[in-house]
Amino acid sequence: MNDNLLRRCYTFYRDGFRAMTVGRTLWKIIAIKLLVMFAVLKVFFFPDFLNTTFDNDQQRADHVLQQLTGAAEHTEQRRMR
Amino acid sequence: MGELDLGMVNWARAQFTLTAMYHWLFVPITLGLSFLCAFFETIYVRTGKEEWKRLTKFWMTLFGINFAIGVATGIILEFEFGTNWSNYSWMVGDIFGAPLAIEGIFAFFIEATFFAVMFFGWERTSKGFHLFSTWMVAIGSNLSALWILVANSWMQYPVGMVFNPDSARFEMQNIWEVILSPVAVAKFTHTTSSSFVVGALFVIAVSSYYLLKKRHIDMAKKSILVASVFGLLSGLFTAFTGDESAFVNASTQPMKLAAYEGLYKGSRGADIVAFGMLTPGKKTGDGQEPFAFEISIPRGLALLATREWNGYVPGIEDLVYGNSAEGLVGAADKIERGKKAIADLAAYKAARKAGDDAAGKAALERFNVNKDYLGYGYMTRPEEIVPPVASTYYSFHYMVYVGTFIIFLMLFFLKAGLSDRLPENRLLLRLGVASFFLAYLASEMGWVVAEVGRQPWAIQDMLPVKMAATNIGSGHVQGTFLLFFILFAVLLLAEIKIMLKQIKIGPEVA
Repeated sequence: MNDNLLRRCYTFYRDGFRAMTVGRTLWKIIAIKLLVMFAVLKVFFFPDFLNTTFDNDQQRADHVLQQLTGAAEHTEQRRMR
Repeated sequence: MGELDLGMVNWARAQFTLTAMYHWLFVPITLGLSFLCAFFETIYVRTGKEEWKRLTKFWMTLFGINFAIGVATGIILEFEFGTNWSNYSWMVGDIFGAPLAIEGIFAFFIEATFFAVMFFGWERTSKGFHLFSTWMVAIGSNLSALWILVANSWMQYPVGMVFNPDSARFEMQNIWEVILSPVAVAKFTHTTSSSFVVGALFVIAVSSYYLLKKRHIDMAKKSILVASVFGLLSGLFTAFTGDESAFVNASTQPMKLAAYEGLYKGSRGADIVAFGMLTPGKKTGDGQEPFAFEISIPRGLALLATREWNGYVPGIEDLVYGNSAEGLVGAADKIERGKKAIADLAAYKAARKAGDDAAGKAALERFNVNKDYLGYGYMTRPEEIVPPVASTYYSFHYMVYVGTFIIFLMLFFLKAGLSDRLPENRLLLRLGVASFFLAYLASEMGWVVAEVGRQPWAIQDMLPVKMAATNIGSGHVQGTFLLFFILFAVLLLAEIKIMLKQIKIGPEVA
C-alpha cells in the first residue's frame, strides 16, 4: 500500500512537471537563482564570519563580548593588574 | 580591537535595505493574491461554473510567476546576517532560532505539498481537496510571514528575554510574550492587511488593463468585483491596524512616533499634522520651527497616541534632552547609565577570567542595575538617538495618503462593478492601473517608516546598529552590494517580462 502511495505521489509530481508550460521557464530561473545563491554567493562572498573565524561557541561569545565591552575592558584589565 | 568602520556599517545597511526592499516586491502579492485565488476557487466550487475555474487558473499562474521569482530571495538576508552583522546574529540567535525554524518548516511543507496540488492537481484531485490546498497555501503563506514579523517586532520591542553576560546572547524566557507582544500583533495585522490591499490592486490593475483593451471583459469584471470587496475590507482594516500601530509606538518607540509625526516639542493635547513640509536643514535643538508650512488637526496626535484629548505626547527634543515636568529622562542620563553597564560587563568578564567569583558577582549585580540602558552606552552624544526625521516623516505621510486614497478607489470600483458600469468608466480604469504602483510604493514606504524610524537601534535600547555589525572592511560589502544590484535587476527584469507575457496571453480560451 505504501509503495502504491509513493508511486502515486511520484507520478503526480512527474506528470505535473511534464505538463507545465510557463512553469518550465520558472523552474529554470529558480534553479539558476538557487545555484548562484548557494554555490557562488554563499560560498565565495558570504562566509559566516563567526563560524569560519572561531572554533567553538566560547570563542565566539568571547569575541562578541570583546566587541561589546571594547575600551572599557582594557581599562578594567589594567585596573585589576 | 580596531575602530569600527562606519563606512562598512553604512554599506552593510544599504545592502540590507536593497535586499529587503527587493524581497518585499514579491511578498505583498504572494500574501494578497493567494487569498484572492482561494476566493475565486471557492466561487468556482460553489457555483460549478467553468469561467470561474479559468479565472482562478489564470490568477494562479500569475501568483506562481511572482512566487517563483521571489522565492528564497529572503534567504540572502540570512547570508548578510552571518557576514555583515555577526555580532547581532550571535546575540539574537536564541530569539530568532525558534520563529525562523517554524517559518522554515511551514514554508517547506506547504510549498512541497499544497503548492504542488494547487498547480498540478486540477484534474487529479477532488474539487474539495484542491480548494482545501489553495486555502492552505494562502493561510500557510500568511502564517509563514507571521514568524518573520514576530522576529522583526522583537527587535523593535525586545520582550520575553534575558541577556546572558556569559554567552553575550539574548535568551528567550517566554515565547508567548515574544509572539503576542503588542508590537508583534500590530505589525502582523498591519503588514498582512496592507499586503491584501496590494494583492487586490494587482488584480484590479491587470483587469482594468483588460477592460481598457476590451479583452477578457467578463473575467476582468468578475475579478474586479471580488478584488474590490477584498481590497475595501482590507483597506479599512489596514487603517484600523495602522492607528493601533501608532498607539503602540507611543508607548514602545516614542522616538519613532515623534519622527514620523515631525513632532520636535511635545505637549499635552498635541495637534497632528495632516499636511506639512518640514523645514529643510532642521536639526534637533537648533530652535528652528519644525515646519515650513503645516495644516494640523487640533489634538489629533494626543488622541492617536494616548486615546485622550489632553494626553501628553513627547517630542524628539523631550526624548533627547528630557522633560522633568513630564518625568522624562534625557538621553545624556541614559548614556551615562549605559556606559556604566558596559564597564560592569567588562569588569564581570575580567573577574570571570581571573577566577575571582566575588568580584564577578559584584560586577554582575552592578550590570543588572543598568542593563536596560546597555545600548545607550555606545552613543557619544544625546542627539545620536534621533532617526532620520525627514525620510521617516515623508514616508509615513505618503503611506497614509495613498492608503486613504485606495479605500475610496476600492469603493468606486465596487460601486461601478455592482452597477455594471466598469467598461465605460475609463478614467477609473486608468486610475486602477496606476494605483497599483502607488500602493506598491506605499507598502515599501511602510518598511522605511518601521526600519528607518527605529534607527539608530538594531535592538531597541539594547544594541545600536553600529555595534551589531562585523568589523570587516567596507570594500567587501561594496563589491557584494554591486553584485546583488545586478542579480536583482536581472531577476526583476525576468519577472516583469514573464509576467507581462502571461498577462498579454490572458486566461485560457473556453
